[in-house]
Amino acid sequence: MTQFSRRRFIASAAGASAAFGLPAIAYGQGAARVVVIGGGFGGATAARYLKIASPQLQVTLVEPSRRFVTCPYSNLVIGGWRKIDSITFGYDKLTRAGITVVHDTAAAIEHDKKRVRLAGGRMLSYDRLIVSPGIDIRWNAIAGYDETGAQAMPHAWRAGEQTLVLRRQLESMPDGGLFVMAAPANPFRCPPGPYERVSMIASYLKQSKPRSKILILDAKENFSKQPLFQDGWQKFYAGMVEWVPSGKDGKVVKVDAKARTLETEFGQVHKAAVANVIPPQMAGRIARESGLADASGWCPIDAMTFESKLVKGVHVVGDATIAAPMPKSGFAANSQGKVAAAAAVAMLQGRTSPAPSMVNTCYSHVAKDYAISVAGVYRGTPDRGLIEVADSGGVSPRQWEDENRRLESVYADGWYASITGEMFG
Amino acid sequence: MKINIKIALILALAAGPASAQTADVSILASTCSGCHGANANGSGGIPGLRSQQQIYLADQLKAFKAGSRPATVMNRLAKGYTDEEIAGLAVHFSRLR
Repeated sequence: MTQFSRRRFIASAAGASAAFGLPAIAYGQGAARVVVIGGGFGGATAARYLKIASPQLQVTLVEPSRRFVTCPYSNLVIGGWRKIDSITFGYDKLTRAGITVVHDTAAAIEHDKKRVRLAGGRMLSYDRLIVSPGIDIRWNAIAGYDETGAQAMPHAWRAGEQTLVLRRQLESMPDGGLFVMAAPANPFRCPPGPYERVSMIASYLKQSKPRSKILILDAKENFSKQPLFQDGWQKFYAGMVEWVPSGKDGKVVKVDAKARTLETEFGQVHKAAVANVIPPQMAGRIARESGLADASGWCPIDAMTFESKLVKGVHVVGDATIAAPMPKSGFAANSQGKVAAAAAVAMLQGRTSPAPSMVNTCYSHVAKDYAISVAGVYRGTPDRGLIEVADSGGVSPRQWEDENRRLESVYADGWYASITGEMFG
Repeated sequence: MKINIKIALILALAAGPASAQTADVSILASTCSGCHGANANGSGGIPGLRSQQQIYLADQLKAFKAGSRPATVMNRLAKGYTDEEIAGLAVHFSRLR
């Protein structure tokens, strides 16, 4: 990790401590303890940055899986561009950075006792807690779409086995088959993700099964980077992709997973050769069961610290949060993890947490050597909550040289290498 | 009267929009590493920032912000930072070893 950043953090922490006459860590006996629940983009980043900010801190990361498969770039596995091994990471480097990685499930948070109960029975006490639980699927929000149904009609919205199920189904689909995607209403994880996935699948079908068609049944009226995606589909996959918005009866309300049929709001039934149902979502279980989520199913947070608005002493980051205008993206979670880590350390040291600045860049591959992006710079404010800095950010220009699309595909790959390296490398 | 103006100015500055406040440089710099890498070493086609000349970094960021240097995403991102923040980032990355 960054040697200089570490020194700066220590220097600024020491400076602040000297100024306010505080010890480096306000907690008397031993080092302060921070527990991080969830080893994805938000949690792994927070754990790394806690250690950078305060090497003496006891940081414990709770994550059930020994291997993490990233959702970013999983569409490339579905399209056959990448092997799943290339998007799979272990936690060895986090351990080497001094983080205690516990492969267990957080069963409950006992806020009054400031401890996390693990499914295996262990208790982890904390001085501050950072929760990065990701998303859960709202099973049966689409009638008939449950965990069994997801085997026949994968969501592939949590990467791993589901990614491979969808890939295998596409491989065994006959040429001329109809691939149907059900896309969800906002908010959901990775707003451009469904449409990048369609692009990847179109690239595979064009090459291997060119008589096939793609139908997107959407619960929305418009989607992220829509003109850019649609231009790209016209350019590379003309006649293959049809998108049906909610107003034209695109909203899927019922599925029969065995029959591979999807029924929309006004009763149209579509039969698919392969169906990918991306269902409505909510904050991960531990956040909902421990009072961190509100009635919407998502977690309200303080824009300055990412501390929960519902439970003091607990920070929530990543897709589970209500952080608009930031999207639910891996990059946003990574950026929020850094802010929460800095805030948690500052609060343990009795300092005011530093003014938060965050960034997001979401690249989407559309075809080989052709990618598009949306970017944003965000600030936390005491009075206006999270804001996007005026006149910054936005999507790639619509009228642009192909060379710039190629560069964005190169930068997308560079981004993926950098961000996964920062967390797991 | 002069004093009142001074006080008003101080109050106005103190109450200015948070987006105009200069954020902690370590927080700002940490956002860059999402693309430029944990040690700002760069990855593939994304350039490293570590140990670049301070003047060069500041000038390029300002040129991105002004739109005078062609870019894909950096012009959109650079517009999100004040000139003071850009100066701070240039110092930060130029000293990074």
